[in-house]
Amino acid sequence: MSSVEIEIDGKAYPAEAGEMLIEVTDRNGIYIPRFCYHEKLSVAANCRMCLIEVERAPKPLPACATPVTNGMKVHTRSEIAVEAQKGTMEFLLINHPLDCPVCDQGGECPLQDQALGYGKDNSRFMERKRSVPSDDIGPLIATEMTRCIHCTRCVRFGDEVAGVMEMGAPGRGEHVRISTFLDSTIDSEVSGNMIDLCPVGALTSKPFRFAARSWELTDHQSISPHDCLGSNMRIQTLRNRVERVVPKENPDINECWLADRDRFSYQAIHSEKRLTRPMIQRQGTWQEVDWETALTHAVDGLRAIIDQGKADRIGGLAQAASSLEEFHLFQKLIRALGSESVDYRLQQNDFRDDDIAPLFPASELPIRDFGTRSSVLLIGSNIRKEQPLLSLRIRQGWREGKTAVSAINPMDFDLNFACTVSEIAPGTAMLGRTAALAKAIADLSGTNVPAEISALSDGCDLALLAKQLVDADQEGLIVLGAFAQQHPDASLLKALSSWIAETTGNRLAILAPGNSAGGALANCLPGTNGLNKQAMLDSGMAGFVLLGCQPELDCLDGYAGVKTLENADFVVQLTAFKPETHDRHVDVALPICSFAETAGTHVNCEGKIQTARAAIESVGESKPAWKILRVLGNFLNLEGFGQITLSDVTQEVLEAMDSDTAPNCRPSEFRWHSPVSSAPAGLGSIAYMPMYRGDPLVRNALALQSAADNPGPLASLHPETLKKHSLKDGDWAEIGNGNVSSRLRVIKEPRMPRDCVLIPAGYEETVNARAPGALRIARAEQEIP
Amino acid sequence: MASKLQQLYKTFSLQELRKGMGVTGRQFFNKKTTIMYPEEKTPKSPRFRGLHALRRYPNGEERCIACKLCEAVCPALAITIDSEEREDGTRRTTRYDIDLFKCIYCGFCEEACPVDSIVLTDIHEFHMEENGERLADKKRLLEIGDRHEADIAAARKQDAPYR
Repeated sequence: MSSVEIEIDGKAYPAEAGEMLIEVTDRNGIYIPRFCYHEKLSVAANCRMCLIEVERAPKPLPACATPVTNGMKVHTRSEIAVEAQKGTMEFLLINHPLDCPVCDQGGECPLQDQALGYGKDNSRFMERKRSVPSDDIGPLIATEMTRCIHCTRCVRFGDEVAGVMEMGAPGRGEHVRISTFLDSTIDSEVSGNMIDLCPVGALTSKPFRFAARSWELTDHQSISPHDCLGSNMRIQTLRNRVERVVPKENPDINECWLADRDRFSYQAIHSEKRLTRPMIQRQGTWQEVDWETALTHAVDGLRAIIDQGKADRIGGLAQAASSLEEFHLFQKLIRALGSESVDYRLQQNDFRDDDIAPLFPASELPIRDFGTRSSVLLIGSNIRKEQPLLSLRIRQGWREGKTAVSAINPMDFDLNFACTVSEIAPGTAMLGRTAALAKAIADLSGTNVPAEISALSDGCDLALLAKQLVDADQEGLIVLGAFAQQHPDASLLKALSSWIAETTGNRLAILAPGNSAGGALANCLPGTNGLNKQAMLDSGMAGFVLLGCQPELDCLDGYAGVKTLENADFVVQLTAFKPETHDRHVDVALPICSFAETAGTHVNCEGKIQTARAAIESVGESKPAWKILRVLGNFLNLEGFGQITLSDVTQEVLEAMDSDTAPNCRPSEFRWHSPVSSAPAGLGSIAYMPMYRGDPLVRNALALQSAADNPGPLASLHPETLKKHSLKDGDWAEIGNGNVSSRLRVIKEPRMPRDCVLIPAGYEETVNARAPGALRIARAEQEIP
Repeated sequence: MASKLQQLYKTFSLQELRKGMGVTGRQFFNKKTTIMYPEEKTPKSPRFRGLHALRRYPNGEERCIACKLCEAVCPALAITIDSEEREDGTRRTTRYDIDLFKCIYCGFCEEACPVDSIVLTDIHEFHMEENGERLADKKRLLEIGDRHEADIAAARKQDAPYR
């Protein structure tokens, strides 16, 4: 592109030929009013608010759709421009209701502001205004469609960014209205961004509805705890209450977007289920006690185990969404107690490569480059639900025609881009298919493939995919998602993908939930004599310390978690929520603060360390987890728990950390062992963590729980498989391994492979269905009363 | 010399005293202006700014829509409002507190109100006995409004041509 010079309001500005006028004015701080234009969306030029005068043009031109040319002379505040803008505003206000006092957008409304700045001071319109019925489009977005000015930002967002066109503009002229098609709900995992995009009060946040006004909220910068990006966000509070969460723009991480999981999980902070006082369970009944009693009880219980000489049988399990400081003090406490068994990888099942594992689960590719790859291969990843914002970036590259996406997945996930090659390989087949790919790559590039890999290959012809990766010429990306990391042979998948990345010269990314990188960097991992999460659950422990997790729900293999907790002598749980039935094995519940009430450090997948400050005071008597861990250390007379402030802890952990945190996710050597998974004789089972069940915070966020991505405890099967087991969509079925079973409703899911059952984790109801063993399914009469 | 003589004459003829007594005598027979408060009261302007009240519509529905403009405009930060979506989907307050000690009776809240809900009545004779009574809550404000609606409406009507 060549540079040109244009004149705006009598001053000369450099510009690129072909770029839109509004981009030049925005860059130079000259404000032009607009509604439909948004820098992340395509140009629609339908609101006509950005009309400006261009010399020698017969009429005012829209700045958002006028490409600059050399020597162009533009007047943004001339009489013609001002008159045009006033006229547009008058037309917009013809049908817009004047209900600003009851509108949640009031105070942060572009229409309100621009009507003041660019409109007339009175209305000449005396006729009746149009009114449009509002539909219920789900639990997250409230609608008031009479206020809509048809800028189509929400339509374009769905179509271009989110990848699901859930909003449309049926009708013409006076009858045009923005609505969902066929009265459906908005189910996108990034739908909350439409609230930010809407320039009027047509789409507003439902959980925030009528709760506060924008001008009285206090902003607190924070970091999202739920995914591996560490999205920047602003927690907005009023009188010590979190009222809402909005994104904070960071072009390197989340751009201007925020996933619904991060945006609406704040609801759990003030949920009725918050644990506000410590609780002790005695003879099956819970009672509230003061901190002193609870801590003494916890310390006595742990000491009893140590006195029995079973100190090394104390296990520590932490939630992946904990902060770096919490991870650090937690592993320090467990280690000081005399045990090396501490882990945060609740959804991982294969730990055989722990000794050669990379420093932390990372993305070798910076987040901002996810949309620029020529080729992306997803291995076992429903990236759209796991890391929604990374998925948006990949989609952007795919839409621009830069990126060819392929997938080796256990089922045909509904991704927001189309895959050129989509291999459906559930269970052990994923391993065989990935090995086949490695073999095809070796054949193509003329390298030698290790004999173990070629032996494992299922012989599938993946030449096309191999060519794509080889041709990517270091511009490619291989993503290992949740389904690969939770695979019984995850270590082999990691070795395979690392070999493929090495051979083709492409980058590798292991996308783990929450602050997993922080957990690994703080060494919240089992030591040489310690047990990993799976070994802890399988072999049983004398005592447990749980940091913000509920193993029954948080582990995919929750059944083992229940058994182990049942058999443990003493369980201390640091939790933000009141004990429920699945916490029946807990002896002491100590209330901890949520992410908004305490400062904490988050390390994202590219190794970026970000610290968030507390936004509100702690709810009830809850205390920051790091303080509880420190006090537990002091009560137990352990060394090294003398930190006064959080920054003491942060400094300590940063000093203890490996100084080189350059993201690398390849095992230090190529090592092979025979796979443990084998093709099941009967039904295969795919366990997964639904995005709104992944940690206690989202599980207690009311609006998210009614969203579409919380499917409920349902087992999904292919329609043919349903028929084969003489089941119908919506039937009740007994699903289990023969010894234990859950009674679940079955639904048909054409995206599933045949002879497989998809069972969601995160529900108490599905625990038995996820017990190990050959899966059986039988029709049951009805729900257990 | 002459002024000295004049001075002596004034002093001995009690001229000043008689002048003063004249005023007293005149006022003695004039119409009296003293008000026997509290039995008697002066008339008040319809714009008088006294105790606050929250008004209702004739159908009994509270006017306030929790827009919080009064809270925003209040220079003394005397108003505190919490809002929610009522069951019927309308925007309503769950708390409407006015701190009568903080309030400076400027009337900005009334001017800001888009639905004529918060008003300053002409009630100026009020007192507090208990600690905490300085906080007029929503219930009390609505009660004041209900009790004095006729006066409030009459005062607004009287002032309407000048607004």
